[in-house]
Amino acid sequence: MSAQATRSARSVRLTRRIEAFKSSARLFASNRMGVAGLAILTVFVILALFADVLAPESRLSVTHAPGAPLEPPSAQFWLGTDELGRSVLDLVIQGSQISLLVGFLATAISILIGALVGITAGYFGGWTDVILMRLTDWFLVVPFLPLAIVLAALLGRGLFVIAFVIGIVTWPGTARVVRAQVLTLKERPYVERARALGASDRQIIGRHILPNVFPLIFANTILVVAVAILTEATLSFLGLGDPFSVSWGSILESAFAEGAISLGAWWYLVPPGLCIVLVVLGFTMCGYAFDEILDPRLRER
Amino acid sequence: MNEANGTLLEIENLRVLYEVRGVRAPAVDGVDLTLRAGDALGLAGESGCGKSTLALACLGLLPRNATVEGSIRFLDTEVVGAKPGRLRALRWAGISMVFQGAMNAFNPVRRVGDQVVEAILLHEGVSRSEARSRMQELFEHVGIAPRRAADYPHEFSGGMRQRVMIAMALACDPPLVIADEPTTALDVMIQAQILNLLAQLREERNLALLVITHDLSVLAQVTDRVAVMYAGRIVEEGSATELLTTPRHPYTKSLVSAFPVVGDPASRGIPAGLPGDPPDPAARPPGCAFHPRCPAAFEPCDTIDPVLERHGSRLAACHLVAEEEEA
Repeated sequence: MSAQATRSARSVRLTRRIEAFKSSARLFASNRMGVAGLAILTVFVILALFADVLAPESRLSVTHAPGAPLEPPSAQFWLGTDELGRSVLDLVIQGSQISLLVGFLATAISILIGALVGITAGYFGGWTDVILMRLTDWFLVVPFLPLAIVLAALLGRGLFVIAFVIGIVTWPGTARVVRAQVLTLKERPYVERARALGASDRQIIGRHILPNVFPLIFANTILVVAVAILTEATLSFLGLGDPFSVSWGSILESAFAEGAISLGAWWYLVPPGLCIVLVVLGFTMCGYAFDEILDPRLRER
Repeated sequence: MNEANGTLLEIENLRVLYEVRGVRAPAVDGVDLTLRAGDALGLAGESGCGKSTLALACLGLLPRNATVEGSIRFLDTEVVGAKPGRLRALRWAGISMVFQGAMNAFNPVRRVGDQVVEAILLHEGVSRSEARSRMQELFEHVGIAPRRAADYPHEFSGGMRQRVMIAMALACDPPLVIADEPTTALDVMIQAQILNLLAQLREERNLALLVITHDLSVLAQVTDRVAVMYAGRIVEEGSATELLTTPRHPYTKSLVSAFPVVGDPASRGIPAGLPGDPPDPAARPPGCAFHPRCPAAFEPCDTIDPVLERHGSRLAACHLVAEEEEA
């Protein structure tokens, strides 16, 4: 009887979960902005995943470049060539890989620090809260770009360093939002009940606080990815990126250094710039759509 | 030593002071209580008289601005000043609690069954599947289909949630359950069901109950003994039937008369109220704390603080009762 009850409970649970997912998916599908954002992102993620097939690295060789320097778009080079004769299309495709990778990595670091600091400060309160929040304030008021530039210059130039630097400068926003939510959550009766149950702080945070702040963290993640990608482009454009890999920012940097603007080589400048704008737009649109799904009050009636 | 004579919980001269803006106000002000295995004691009184504070003190759950003096002994553990690890072990396995407003005592994003399983896993070294099957037994025991364990709290009605809350309180088979306003916000039918369930479980498991409420009809149904609290102290204590039918302390009298009596149409029209509010714990009136509101206050009441004395089968702290006894 008991085993049977378990099985039916499990199947009920599974069908419910599928139903819940379906209804969320339906809501998302009915949100035009979200669908458009998701479509843009899907295209770029596919580009990044198949970058080595679509634009093999051999074609990016500096010494055996396939074309002449700064050729305008043609049938062979859809987006023209750079100053070394490499296809700009190939560069942009390869660049998508690094831009997205750094963006996701930086976001993971940022969210991890932000959530950890926010939950610790909000849950424990007192001096822990005061110290952690002053630290957060410090990171909030220190001008973001100069700090990133100084850190990147100090720590050297590499893919992980850049991701780390971006993570370090973007976490305070998340920490603030999460802390505010935790402050209200820890006063809920079920937290008191958990304490009466004999649960330790770690168990209360893991089982009761974290599941409740998760939607907030998730919504924040999407917005942080957009910021992270933008920051990566900025740092690379300023020459602080990883010199051995191509990213959209570093393409812009070389275009700028080669004087693509004065030479009228728009095909060199526009594609990476447009890619950055599109990806950031895609994430922002998805972010708003998720916001609406997670917060029913924002839904149009 | 305590186990030998069946004493479960022994509270001695308990004082709980809350510090609010530099002022230390006693919420519980010298309470003695003894509870033996299988006892059912009711704690009654208005809001703010210290009932819930007393309950939270038993579990060591008071907020940081509270200081506790005196002694609370549960079996052979001293709760006051116990180390956090010792307290955590005591909570739920020794004393569990049915919270007031079960609506909010569940985490809305977790399945109710998992929340009961959590209680079992925290205290007993059993496997998850074993804990699950125990949870299902408990659900059945309190009259809820075990397959509902996969539901979320919002899918339950108030009465069902309170049943699950009771199932949760029984999860680790504790000798004492504290029920803080177990039936508030439930309609009368459900209230009766929940009270019957508590009484039935008490009998089956030889459970000791400490029921905290301002609703005297609840106490009449599930407890044998009742203690009435006013301004942080016990003012009258005795058997439930005796206290509720022939109250002696003027405060108990006004509590009892505030309830309509079945079959007495007069009492239904205008239940007798008690004007005024309980005193601010930081500014306790001199003498008997109840004298400013007492309809029967006389000469010694505003100067001499009455002590809780035995009068026949009951305890009362009142000059009037003492005088009546002497006469």
